[in-house]
Amino acid sequence: MSSNPDDFELGSHVGEDHVSGRPPSEVEHPTLRSELRGYLIGLGLAALLTAASFWSLDEHVIYGPGIVMALIVFGLAQVGVHLVFFLHLTTSPDNTNNALALAFGVLIVSLIFFGSIWVMYHLNGNMIPASALAEMRPE
Amino acid sequence: MSLLGKLTWQAIPFNEPLPLISGAAVLVVIIAVVAWVVIRGYLPYLWREWITSVDHKRIGIMYCILAGVMLLRGFIDAIMMRAQQAAAYNAPGFLPPSHFDQVFSAHGTIMIFFVAMPFVIGLMNVIVPLQLGVRDVAFPTLNSVSFWLTAAGALLVNLSLVVGEFDRTGWLPYPPLSELTYSPGVGVDYYCWSLQISGIGTLMTGINFVTTILKLRAPGMHYSRMPMFCWTALASNLLIVAAFPILTACLAMLLLDRYVGFHFFTDTGGGNSMMFMNLIWAWGHPEVYILVLPAFGIYSEVVSTFSSKPLFGYRSMIYATMAICIISFMVWLHHFFTMGAGADVNAIFGIASMIIAVPTGVKIFNWLFTMYGGYVRFTSPMLWTIGFMVTFAIGGMTGVLLAVPPADFQLHNSVFLVAHFHNVIIGAVLFGVFAGYTYWFPKAFGIVLDERLGKWAFWLWLIGFWVAWGPGYVVGLEGMTRRLQHYDVAEWHPWLVLAEWGVFIILLGIIAQIAQIVVSIRTRERRRDVTGDPWDGRNLEWVTSSPPPSFNFAVLPDVTDQEPYWDMKARAREIGQLTRPEPQYEPIHMPRNSPTGFVTAFFAVVTGFALIWHIWWLVLLGLAGAYATFVVFAWRDHDEILIPAEEVARLDRANRAARSAALHHRQLRRESQPESRE
Amino acid sequence: MNAPSAALRAGRDPYHIGHVPATGEPEYTGHGAGGPAPKRIVVGYGFWIFILSDVILFSAFFATYTVLIHARNGGPGPRELFDLRNTAQETACLLLSSFACGMTSLAVARRSLLWTEVTLALTGLLGLTFLVLEIHEFLGLVARGAGPTHSAFLTAFFSLVGCHGAHVSAGLLWLGTMMAQFPAKGFKESIRHRYLCFSLFWHALDIIWIGIFTVVYLIGFLTP
Repeated sequence: MSSNPDDFELGSHVGEDHVSGRPPSEVEHPTLRSELRGYLIGLGLAALLTAASFWSLDEHVIYGPGIVMALIVFGLAQVGVHLVFFLHLTTSPDNTNNALALAFGVLIVSLIFFGSIWVMYHLNGNMIPASALAEMRPE
Repeated sequence: MSLLGKLTWQAIPFNEPLPLISGAAVLVVIIAVVAWVVIRGYLPYLWREWITSVDHKRIGIMYCILAGVMLLRGFIDAIMMRAQQAAAYNAPGFLPPSHFDQVFSAHGTIMIFFVAMPFVIGLMNVIVPLQLGVRDVAFPTLNSVSFWLTAAGALLVNLSLVVGEFDRTGWLPYPPLSELTYSPGVGVDYYCWSLQISGIGTLMTGINFVTTILKLRAPGMHYSRMPMFCWTALASNLLIVAAFPILTACLAMLLLDRYVGFHFFTDTGGGNSMMFMNLIWAWGHPEVYILVLPAFGIYSEVVSTFSSKPLFGYRSMIYATMAICIISFMVWLHHFFTMGAGADVNAIFGIASMIIAVPTGVKIFNWLFTMYGGYVRFTSPMLWTIGFMVTFAIGGMTGVLLAVPPADFQLHNSVFLVAHFHNVIIGAVLFGVFAGYTYWFPKAFGIVLDERLGKWAFWLWLIGFWVAWGPGYVVGLEGMTRRLQHYDVAEWHPWLVLAEWGVFIILLGIIAQIAQIVVSIRTRERRRDVTGDPWDGRNLEWVTSSPPPSFNFAVLPDVTDQEPYWDMKARAREIGQLTRPEPQYEPIHMPRNSPTGFVTAFFAVVTGFALIWHIWWLVLLGLAGAYATFVVFAWRDHDEILIPAEEVARLDRANRAARSAALHHRQLRRESQPESRE
Repeated sequence: MNAPSAALRAGRDPYHIGHVPATGEPEYTGHGAGGPAPKRIVVGYGFWIFILSDVILFSAFFATYTVLIHARNGGPGPRELFDLRNTAQETACLLLSSFACGMTSLAVARRSLLWTEVTLALTGLLGLTFLVLEIHEFLGLVARGAGPTHSAFLTAFFSLVGCHGAHVSAGLLWLGTMMAQFPAKGFKESIRHRYLCFSLFWHALDIIWIGIFTVVYLIGFLTP
């Protein structure tokens, strides 16, 4: 809880203070070059994945029915790139709370998203067809 | 466009005696209270110590007071409904349909959002940081904002009684009835904006407590050494964080439909009103677990304290709690089995709904095994707990019955359903917060409540509840639908009259509770909790004095085992004196009080009211005010106050002296009565 | 106050769940027993939880969009309406602004007021460009009679993408406030914590955008 102005902070980390589990006397504070490199790699990978997504739509390079899957894969991969390179979410023990929170969030999002689609698909599917509905009108 | 949007003098119900008279009465009471406060000179104290407080204990108490006041309003709605249904057999009754509809809608909305939620959140606020052995929650000013936003929501709902109307669509405003076409008035807007505002407050609470429980605990407090109430608080707040965004999104969609003509849930343009039910119950089911899990935590605390035994099966309780937390997100469709998803979908959600009863059963057995072999003291918190076990078990069983889709097709939206959810909410949540406030009242205020009146309150509530809602199951099975303003089926009438008597018995119970508080305050000198541990408690909240100092602990306790306070006490009793020597007192930094919460809520009320009545310039002003409040808060230079070491020492020494005296006294008593019980 | 544990003194998060590190420090038991965490960790974690709640809010809108995608009310669908070049430009703006925000984090860590303001301005400018492109797209659609009141599909589209745009707008307001706060208050702890929250928010918005351009625009383009 000290506000030591010499504290080094690493980018926009969610909740860890050091990349490894070593005490600060052992860790070399990351240099501007190494941090910058991390962000540049992230930018590059993200740009690549974005380009791949758009490209797979236009060029008929990917087998038709598989395009949607490819887009989902590229999208998830890019989310991963953002989490690792921009948000510095890692698998180190420091970060387990953050990773667990993310896993909980992913679970809930999946339940809501896929659950809603599944439920609504069945609800919509069991509706009276429009033609039969029209026959029931009083006029 | 008028300067005041849709607002005209016709919004005030001059021609409707009931809301007019009750509104006038409430206004008179409010003016009288405010006048008394100002004339007696309490206003500076109130402002300094309560309204701008960021102390979790104060905020928690204010939450509970809000809940108690709103309980009275919601209960009056209940009396009106029961009276109407008792009278309206082949008769119109005294409440015209448009009023009756508003009454049942207001009753449900107020009870869930402004009684149950604030009560539960209030108790968590007061106790969780104390049990974790820390000085405050993670974000104290945000905590204050949360409370005041909740109060803002409550204010807006109550304002609808005298300015405009409330919604007539039930406590969940199903479209297309709640769309502009069929509900052109301001009622649904009051509902939606009030809940959006208080919903922000609740979400902030969820974030605050998840962070506190996971990141702020006394040294040595492993996850497996946390008190059970903190585990259930964690599960409940995780659910808040996960579920409330869905409510926000769903109500936002309804508001967009109503305000700008979107087509989410309309019956034209391709809208799908079934999606509303899907989303709102995806929130609604976790919501009831948000309410019930902390209540289960309270029962764990009460049972172990008053059985003089550690909680049986602590680890299985943790697993059961977290299992309930996760599964509660997988059962929501059981609220609309009859909407037509088909047998396959219904079956899966039905089975999941039955599975969730299993960990709940585990908890009940653990409480029973805690009592077994213990020395049980039947104080009023313990009575509430036993009353819960009987009542909730039956209510839970009717829930499992309703989880069977074919059975639900018969009972959906019948009074059987209404009886079920009153059974579980009153039996578990309300009894739980009653046990909780009785148990923790001494800690919060330093006064032990009158036991006799407490027992009267319990028995009146228990008997009253069953007399009021037992008939509900019967008429539900006889085919009575919910929310009926009048009916002509002779078989139902005697049961509904009986139900009305039940409500009056509950009213006597509430009077007993109010009397209990009044009497206890009047005779407070002989009820003082001198040591800070009136019940022979087991967890860390009982280490502090009653009420605790603002900083809670002079020195954060070192936790070496589960039930850390019990260990400390056992050792102290063995050696006849306090185990820890007087510590080295140091000054303590505490967060500074701030009017941010109150002012933000003020602008929230302004913005909400303006949105409801379409006063657009006022909306902009309100939003600008809220932003300005944030900027002022962000710009402050001093966010902490320093409590000097002498002050810390004075308060802690007083507590230590009281406890040493009690230990000494106990030692003397034991020496003079060698056969006395442990 | 208690003497802080070695983990705390090392500035580490005593609350990680997981195995003990190689150095095997005695207080670092992996069960979260190190005492209250430092303020920076508390603030960061709390805001992370808020971000996750915001993601859940978006997922409700995503689910609604997917459910309503075929409710055209006789009107146009995604293929007729979406200009993918515009989407690509918006994506580039947001990705670059995320990168610029990363640069701001580096500047803040090194307490450089000049670079903080410059990179923040760049972040804001790119974010503003994104918003302008998006508003232009929306106005164009409305002019073609494909506004949000036309059909449920369009309602869901405008709401989902508009919700993201509203978050970006709020973010820009926050960014502007931070650009004023750094010169006024310097690199005080509370300002740096506030900036940490802002950068989390800004990166999270880019992550949501990945979802939007993939699911709404690209997969939407493939949807009949």
